[in-house]
Amino acid sequence: MNFDFVAAIVTIVGVTTPILLAATGELIVEKSGVLNLGVEGMMLLGAIAGFAATFIASDPQYSDSAPWLGALAPWLGVVVAACAGALGALLFGFMVLTLGANQVATGLALVIFGGGVSSLIGAGFIGMAVTPFDQIFPDNLAQDPVLKLVFGYSPLVYFAFIMVGVVYWFLNKTRAGLVLRAVGENDLSAHSIGYSVIGVRYGAIAFGGAMAGIAGSYFSEVITPLWAEQMTAGRGWIALALVVFSGWRAGRLLAGAYFFGLFMTLELYAKASGFSFLPSQFWAAMPYVMAIVVLAVMSARESGRAEAPACLGKNFTPDA
Amino acid sequence: MIIRFEKRREPSKVMQAATPIGAVVLTMIVGAIIFDLIGYDGPRAVKEIFFTPIFASYKWQDVARKAAPLILIALGLCLGNRAKVWNIGAEGQYLVGGMAGATVAYFTAGHGGVWVIALMIVAGLVAGALWAAIPAFLKTRLRVNEILSSLMLVYVAQQLLGYLVTGPLKDPNGQNFPQTAPFADGQRLPSTLWGTPIPPGLVAAFVLAFVFFIVMERSEFGLGVRAIGEAPKAARYGGYDANRLIWQTLMISGAMAGLAGLLEVDSQTFKLDLGFTTSLYGFTAIIVSFLGRLHPLGAVLAGLVLAISSVGGQVAQTAVHVPYATAGIFQATMLFFILASDVLVRKRIVIVSSEPARKALGGAA
Amino acid sequence: MTIITRRSFVKSAAAVSAAPLLGRSAFADEPLKVGFIYLGPIGDFGWTWAHEKGRKAMVDALGGKVAADYVENVAEDASATPVLRDLAQQGHKLIFTTSFGYMDQTIQVASEFPNVMFEHATGYKHAKNVGTYNNRFHQGRSVQGTIAGMMSKSGVLGYVGSFKVPEVVMGVNSFALSAQAQNPKATVKLVMIDSWFDPAKESAAAETLANLGCDFIASHTDSPAVLQLCEKRKLFGFGQGADMSRFAPHAHLTAIEDIWGPYYTSRAKAMLDGSWQSDDAWWGMKEGSVVMSPYNKSVPDNVRAAADKVIAGWKDGSYDVFTGPISDQSGTEKVKKGERIADKDLAVIDWYVKGVQS
Repeated sequence: MNFDFVAAIVTIVGVTTPILLAATGELIVEKSGVLNLGVEGMMLLGAIAGFAATFIASDPQYSDSAPWLGALAPWLGVVVAACAGALGALLFGFMVLTLGANQVATGLALVIFGGGVSSLIGAGFIGMAVTPFDQIFPDNLAQDPVLKLVFGYSPLVYFAFIMVGVVYWFLNKTRAGLVLRAVGENDLSAHSIGYSVIGVRYGAIAFGGAMAGIAGSYFSEVITPLWAEQMTAGRGWIALALVVFSGWRAGRLLAGAYFFGLFMTLELYAKASGFSFLPSQFWAAMPYVMAIVVLAVMSARESGRAEAPACLGKNFTPDA
Repeated sequence: MIIRFEKRREPSKVMQAATPIGAVVLTMIVGAIIFDLIGYDGPRAVKEIFFTPIFASYKWQDVARKAAPLILIALGLCLGNRAKVWNIGAEGQYLVGGMAGATVAYFTAGHGGVWVIALMIVAGLVAGALWAAIPAFLKTRLRVNEILSSLMLVYVAQQLLGYLVTGPLKDPNGQNFPQTAPFADGQRLPSTLWGTPIPPGLVAAFVLAFVFFIVMERSEFGLGVRAIGEAPKAARYGGYDANRLIWQTLMISGAMAGLAGLLEVDSQTFKLDLGFTTSLYGFTAIIVSFLGRLHPLGAVLAGLVLAISSVGGQVAQTAVHVPYATAGIFQATMLFFILASDVLVRKRIVIVSSEPARKALGGAA
Repeated sequence: MTIITRRSFVKSAAAVSAAPLLGRSAFADEPLKVGFIYLGPIGDFGWTWAHEKGRKAMVDALGGKVAADYVENVAEDASATPVLRDLAQQGHKLIFTTSFGYMDQTIQVASEFPNVMFEHATGYKHAKNVGTYNNRFHQGRSVQGTIAGMMSKSGVLGYVGSFKVPEVVMGVNSFALSAQAQNPKATVKLVMIDSWFDPAKESAAAETLANLGCDFIASHTDSPAVLQLCEKRKLFGFGQGADMSRFAPHAHLTAIEDIWGPYYTSRAKAMLDGSWQSDDAWWGMKEGSVVMSPYNKSVPDNVRAAADKVIAGWKDGSYDVFTGPISDQSGTEKVKKGERIADKDLAVIDWYVKGVQS
């Protein structure tokens, strides 16, 4: 039986990318000591913002007078999505950093708020479609049954890989990354040295929001170029889990994301291949069970256990 | 002139009580304005969402029905949140509570009576507690974050429900629809009590709110819970066993969620079907617990507010044609306002002018 | 489309008063108030949109004699009950509940309002004032199967569904049987995503099916995600509930369109002339409630002819895809040669035919 491995890998990449994008952003946020649970809300904001911007920019009445607008529409969509995600994140940041609100509750409020606002804005876009923000390499590379493994993806896929590398380099090889990690490990010391804890955290939160917004636009511009309420269907929560079981390390994040994507795709392959001796819900629950198992295993292993940033989830209180 | 936040010596009790009310009022004002600006009849929307369910007596039963599970689950969450144990997966525990009840009903098919119902209630409590025991175990033994483990279990619970209603518990006379057989008469709790619009769940909620209040404010256990949350290191020195408290708070909140699920299934729907997963009470209850300032009596009031706004959201949909998502936006906004206003509880606003004399604003500490 | 535009549109369609109307009103002069509750948003270009189209068609056909209102995004849980009560209390005398998850809620509210007539779509519980209605969508599936059977090069057909309910099973079987009538070796790979709504998962499921050799992918889900994947992979698919060619201009070969207008109009008329009775209506192509959208220009003539023949056969009653011999997945014969599956068995069917891999 000839199993198309290339096609399977391409599918896994497509499934994993949005989670990887959101998780990469959240990694920076958590490294700075903040826990932003609002990823799902920011993704939905990004999804509708990206779709709306792409749709409006592709509208013939504009592209007739400015044809370059039509070609750039999806890119514009991604940028707008990033901004929308960042705005949601900054709302969270203001409440948590400046007003000292509880991080868990504020993050949850952002999830609900983002969901509601995206539905409200999206009401006017139901039933519309845009061209998918798909391959950027020419057909002979992108459609080739083997070469598509490398060349067949949407720009956002390559962007995701690049960003993992950028984040790794930033955290481990730059002074700014060192400051960020210091703020996350010991905010009082960092403060006494003279770093602006609040400033660093605002930046990290905004970055996380932008990445989550871009992750959301992956849903509405790449996978299914349309808008539907709650279309991210819980992927934001998976991204959060991913940061934890990556041990807050960028390299592990990439591996962990693909591990999860593998299981999500495995569910579909099992169902499509007729593994009916196990109920289909068993396969559907598998990725989540595996997430728990991996979380447990990673936390249990002595050598492999990476510590969370010491200040994670605690607000900065210099005059405590 | 500079505006500064100055930490109060003690959190302001006046502000603690006033801020939730202020949050709700501010949400109404801001909501009315914004919805008006985007083209809907804003003030009317606010009226339908917040006031119609209070004044229209035919809506009371719906409000009561929705408030019951919200308050029950929130009570358990208040306890855990005070200890800074975050049970985000209460929805999963709610679902397994309902599933446990339906399973008991299935195995006692044809029978009924007080003992069967008591068994169902116990099953709901135990199932919820056990489902929450998993994150408790993972947290205490393996330091796995309970937010994520309890959340992942929500998805597992949803799939388990799907499995049960399409497989082992499926009604043989149900035309192969994914649902259980309807419960026998003797297995059912009454939907409302003594001719009032009050469901049994709401009575349970009021009673348990009182119990939780006594426990949290006056018992050794409650003291330990608060100590672990506010000053974990000191609490440990003081002899409180953090691990035990984690187990206890998680299992109690799980049991409460399971009870809520059981009561919903046994006093309202009398069967289990896929629609059971759509209400998401377990997540809304998190908002309730924060809106109620993690206080059992606050949770009761907050639960009523959330129930009113949910019911009102549906009325507004028909009356003002605002989209269904509107209620959620209002609820999230209330939560934002109350979280933001937390700062007024802990700090007071100080305006420093260039003159030597200072004015302090912000009410009495 | 801006929100303001949409709001004005909604305003111009009958406005609803929130004040409850108690008691009965004299119909002779006032229009009949008809209510609808929808599962999703009216703009979903699928299931709900089709019902909304039907509602508008009814209003057009009967003019000032009816006033129709709708509530969208009503969840299929206990919260539907108060919505139905509201409609009943607001003076609606005929209420359509357009999804099977409203069944018990409909029965409950109907028992509280014996003078209001309810019609529950795709359900099976009846009462003096509760009837059920459904559409023979599986007739459309056999047209899709015919096309797929003839045009598929690999003979492997994909099918994406949400949950295993009789409605879905019926559609899969009809699709498979009609495809096999054209290509006896045709098989159907079925994937249930076990989720109410997850377009990304629908797309991934379709992609998986494509990876495993399917060149046609049908779907029974609530979004055009599967079609979009077909378009991307240059495969073929079908629209569900409405013409979805805007989402996939090349992949979309045809669609099953739900035309509810004639049914709603006839039921409103029955209310107006006093002849309404609880019924179990199951209309189809013959009554014009299932219609196939125009074929894609890439569908060859011989395929169109075969598809049209199937349609004609349903209309005049000479064709029924569920005519034996039919075996189930294990090879056991379930329907003898020449026999047809009775409606009552079809409504509860839970087994797949041979050639379906589930």
